[in-house]
Amino acid sequence: MAQFRLPENSRISGGKHHPAKSGGNIRRFKIYRWEPDSGKNPSTDTFDVDLDSCGPMVLDALIKIKNEVDPTLTFRRSCREGICGSCAMNIDGSNTLACTKAIADVKGEVKIYPLPHMPVVKDLVPDLTHFYAQHASIRPWIRTQSAPPPDSERLQSKEERAKLDGLYECILCACCSTSCPSYWWNGERYLGPAILLQAYRWIIDSRDEATGERLDELEDPFKLYRCHTIMNCTKTCPKGLNPALAIAEIKKLMVARRGL
Amino acid sequence: MSTTSSQGGNRPLSPFMIGPYYRPQLTSMLSITHRGTGVFLCAGALLMVWGCVALAAGADQFAAFSACMGSTLGTLAVIGFVYSLWFHFFNGLRHLAWDVGRGLELSSAYTSGYVTLILALLCGSATLWLFYLRS
Repeated sequence: MAQFRLPENSRISGGKHHPAKSGGNIRRFKIYRWEPDSGKNPSTDTFDVDLDSCGPMVLDALIKIKNEVDPTLTFRRSCREGICGSCAMNIDGSNTLACTKAIADVKGEVKIYPLPHMPVVKDLVPDLTHFYAQHASIRPWIRTQSAPPPDSERLQSKEERAKLDGLYECILCACCSTSCPSYWWNGERYLGPAILLQAYRWIIDSRDEATGERLDELEDPFKLYRCHTIMNCTKTCPKGLNPALAIAEIKKLMVARRGL
Repeated sequence: MSTTSSQGGNRPLSPFMIGPYYRPQLTSMLSITHRGTGVFLCAGALLMVWGCVALAAGADQFAAFSACMGSTLGTLAVIGFVYSLWFHFFNGLRHLAWDVGRGLELSSAYTSGYVTLILALLCGSATLWLFYLRS
């Protein structure tokens, strides 16, 4: 059901202010905090960061805050170059990767929240268990009936391989799925843009032999058809991919196979 | 929602609401407007039924209907219906194009979104001019 308010235990109240010790080039960061052991509601803490001694990206500022001000600030990060998808979060009102989002691209206060409408483990760390389970549910690997050629791999032509461009680059950071109002409200049953893009990636792979089966699995009022082409997914994708297009292609295949 | 730890039950839901937490964008705004105008036009369809019934029921009934639609509130509602109808029509065409897989690039979606808004405003204003100002 459409939901417009946060549950009682999730409403944000209060928060600490950590002023900068020195420096003239100060930028204010407002960061969502929740400590599981506190028994309190989430809050937003304010950190004043001296940009003269900070790297250019939002992730640099988060790391600086964790190193120098508050070591309890919790967030996921790994590659710091937009390939692992760990540091996906809601920055300045849209989902993106903290490591590829420049602080200079944000006007005024930098507001940072966890990916929207997800259970929070701590601070900026959302629980992605359900998201990963949905990914597993589409069985994201090549399914075949035929035996592989005895003397080589399963080969693709250049054209067949080109169909995977714009799909294989997905890093499953969950930015798109958690930007989608349909996923917010039906995420338990709707697969969401990231997983549907992955589903399409296997559906159009020339080596996969389970296309019909994959489409059967998606023929469901919720799994696929809760996409209403809002296009928040495509707008927010930090890799510049187009989940909305992939979903539209799946819907087209559904109609095409009915032989209309 | 499944969780892995015993903390699962207490976990807060991260903020999501469009406006305070998620930036309103043309993508989501036109989508919600399409829904809103759709619901609003259902109410408009009921009013049209009332108009037809009133017309069939005789002059007194129709005079009551006319007076209601001619009042300030009625006029505002009609203006709302006219713009809603044109918006819903043009955005519906946009959705039809998307359903056949056209215009789904982000840049095209933005262009078609702005075009929809402009066309709805122009056609709505032209319709109102024909009905209200010209007579």
